[in-house]
Amino acid sequence: MTKLRKIKDVFFKWLFFAATAFGMLSLVVLVVDILYQGLPRLSWEFITNFPSFNPDKAGIKAAILGSVWVIGLTAPMALFLGVATALYLEEYAKKNWFTRLIQTNISNLAGVPSIIYGILGLALFVRAMKLGPSILAGAFTMALLVLPIVVVAAQEAIRAVPQTLRHGAYALGASKWQTIRGIVLPSAAPGILTGMILSLSRAIGETAPLVVVGAFVFVRFAPTDPLDKFTVLPIQIYSWVSQPKAAFHELAASGIIVLLIVLLLMNATAVLLRNKYQKRF
Amino acid sequence: MVPGVLFSSSLITVLTTVGIVLVLLTETVAFFGEVSIIEFITSDRWTPQFADKHFGILPLLVGTMMITVIASLVALPIGLATAIYLSEYAPERVRKVVKPILEVLAGVPTIVYGYFALTFVTPLIRSLIPETSIYNALSASIVVGIMILPMVASLSEDAMLAVPRKLRDGAFALGATRFEVALKVVVPAALSGIIASFVLALSRAIGETMIVTIAAGALAQVTFNPLESVQTMTAFIVNISLGDVEPGSIESKSIFAVGMTLFVLTLTLNLIAQFISRRYKEEY
Amino acid sequence: MSIIETRNLNLYYGQHHALLDINVDIEENSITAFIGPSGCGKSTFLRTLNRMNDMIPNVKITGTVKVAGEDIYQSGVDVEILRKRVGMVFQQPNPFPKSIYDNITFGPKLHGVTNRHELDEIVEKSLKAAALWDEVKDVLKKPAYGLSGGQQQRLCIARALAVNPQILLMDEPTSALDPISTAKIEELLDELKETYTIVIVTHNMQQAARISDKTAFFLNGELVEYDATPVIFQNPSDKRTEDYITGRFG
Repeated sequence: MTKLRKIKDVFFKWLFFAATAFGMLSLVVLVVDILYQGLPRLSWEFITNFPSFNPDKAGIKAAILGSVWVIGLTAPMALFLGVATALYLEEYAKKNWFTRLIQTNISNLAGVPSIIYGILGLALFVRAMKLGPSILAGAFTMALLVLPIVVVAAQEAIRAVPQTLRHGAYALGASKWQTIRGIVLPSAAPGILTGMILSLSRAIGETAPLVVVGAFVFVRFAPTDPLDKFTVLPIQIYSWVSQPKAAFHELAASGIIVLLIVLLLMNATAVLLRNKYQKRF
Repeated sequence: MVPGVLFSSSLITVLTTVGIVLVLLTETVAFFGEVSIIEFITSDRWTPQFADKHFGILPLLVGTMMITVIASLVALPIGLATAIYLSEYAPERVRKVVKPILEVLAGVPTIVYGYFALTFVTPLIRSLIPETSIYNALSASIVVGIMILPMVASLSEDAMLAVPRKLRDGAFALGATRFEVALKVVVPAALSGIIASFVLALSRAIGETMIVTIAAGALAQVTFNPLESVQTMTAFIVNISLGDVEPGSIESKSIFAVGMTLFVLTLTLNLIAQFISRRYKEEY
Repeated sequence: MSIIETRNLNLYYGQHHALLDINVDIEENSITAFIGPSGCGKSTFLRTLNRMNDMIPNVKITGTVKVAGEDIYQSGVDVEILRKRVGMVFQQPNPFPKSIYDNITFGPKLHGVTNRHELDEIVEKSLKAAALWDEVKDVLKKPAYGLSGGQQQRLCIARALAVNPQILLMDEPTSALDPISTAKIEELLDELKETYTIVIVTHNMQQAARISDKTAFFLNGELVEYDATPVIFQNPSDKRTEDYITGRFG
């Protein structure tokens, strides 16, 4: 009887370990596969060339510029709206049904599939506001998509600022807004920034909403204006993946390497920020 | 002045929801002006781009469900087992390695998973089962499963870590093995959180887009054979969007009708998950 | 006859030397109390007797602990069987989030009792032994969390008794309870010692004086003095014991 129980105990321990290893292993296989396929075509020309029907001349310049444009416009909008919403909820809002509604709504928005945001962007920004399938329409869409994540991260950062700091400022005669601007926001800034970077790294990998908004899959020019047509890294990768020729799949892998490096740098920055400013209070 | 600006900003999140619902609703109503709701529900053909147009949502629903079910078969048991390992067995130094890797796995863009499904998993499946189509539901759903696995693992682990140590001690003191403590005390005590994580994972799988667009194909058909190509609701929306969509055309409206179905389905699951974790909040 | 014997027992938490050369003999069918200020090692020592310290990383133990003549730290010892023989009740009542009935049958089921009739008998017997039967016999299928704190603690005692242990370790079992519940449990312990050997950690010296046959005083990981309870409280031989029981520190 106890013998059987012990055998079960050991068996399941290894089974649970194997399950954990499966996730780890998937990541390793995925990364190795991508490096193996993508490294040979990764070169300076790949970064600086526009896409081409000839795989040997194709590059991701337009996609990189498009991603930079979209993220560059998304970031300030999401930051402003996210921090403002978080400040309102944490510092000003009364505990009533409307505040609860906003809060519940935010957590529900975080669970809405990203492609639905694309549909909203298509109807609202592309068509109703007549922005067309432009960078600006894409950035508006992305800002709404990451907004719930930014709000939640900013709320956590603001909540982590100890009440004693606020009281210290009030005791010196600071007004509520002076206290927020002078004490709360600077103290919460690293946390907000970390959340911001993480949400942008989500945005940079998003494909579906921008496809629905109408981003192009084949762009041979550098965008110069927010109303220009555009493509982004993941869409460029998608267009290569969907080609039947193996050479284009290799290009897709090279593009993925670029995308992953960008994500890695963003996440590393976030981790550094987090570690540097952790436990200051 | 300042509170006013902040308050208006916070309204944006509410307006986003209102916007989503209004946009989906108006276009869906317009869609049903041209297509009978009976056909939408009962027809088993979905061919908006063909000359012979049919608008039965069933093939897309079946495709979505097949992906979701197989993905769950991968992600739920493996995710739960990972959570049990991390919360009940793993020494601190192992946790310190595994947790960040799971975070990375959760942060990999879906386009990357899509590439992985098509260029790695599909050839693997085809070498084992040669009659598999290039675009098939199995490959896509396995990879969707890998994608949602970290979420199941980390949410379930959170629920298990919330089970107080004194309950584990009580069971150990009665002579329970580690496995018995996990299975008979920790998992039952954390059950509401675990089930909520399962439901959220289902919702995530239903809304997943790029993996299925790339690896499962674009053939809207009612089939229960995972080796064949299927089209999900999300993949349909992407496929239409990739072409020129004339505003006001029936193709355009069909995007919104399918989007509405998708939105209602995922929102319902998310609300169920919230209800479970709130209603059955464990008190220890 | 001694049912528990420890010899030169040392315990380290990493670098911290938490127990120093503990030598104790505990007699069968008696109540032994461990007293001392918090952090003195009394609870740690209690947990060495059913190897509950195994769960804590970086714990190292040297010396021997014999339970009924068998060294429990030898390799090949079945920890699950040991813990069945040496039951434990904790400071905080910790019923499982299950019914009263399922709490009691949890242990017996682990150890292979499946017969419904037999389980019913165990439930009744254990709850009677823990003086809880009359209060809960009509609500056995109700969740254990519906009980009061004192009832929950008696349920935990019943749950420990259900696997038929020889020894019952109690780690400050009444510290979270009100005086009436405490009195009930103290009364209960007096009955239980007919059948079981009880070792109780308490921070309450009056409690130790009221209920125990022998008392051990711990300080800074050392066993300062161990003797019959009246001796410890009326005529301690060590100055530190005297200081503690007269309330000069701790």
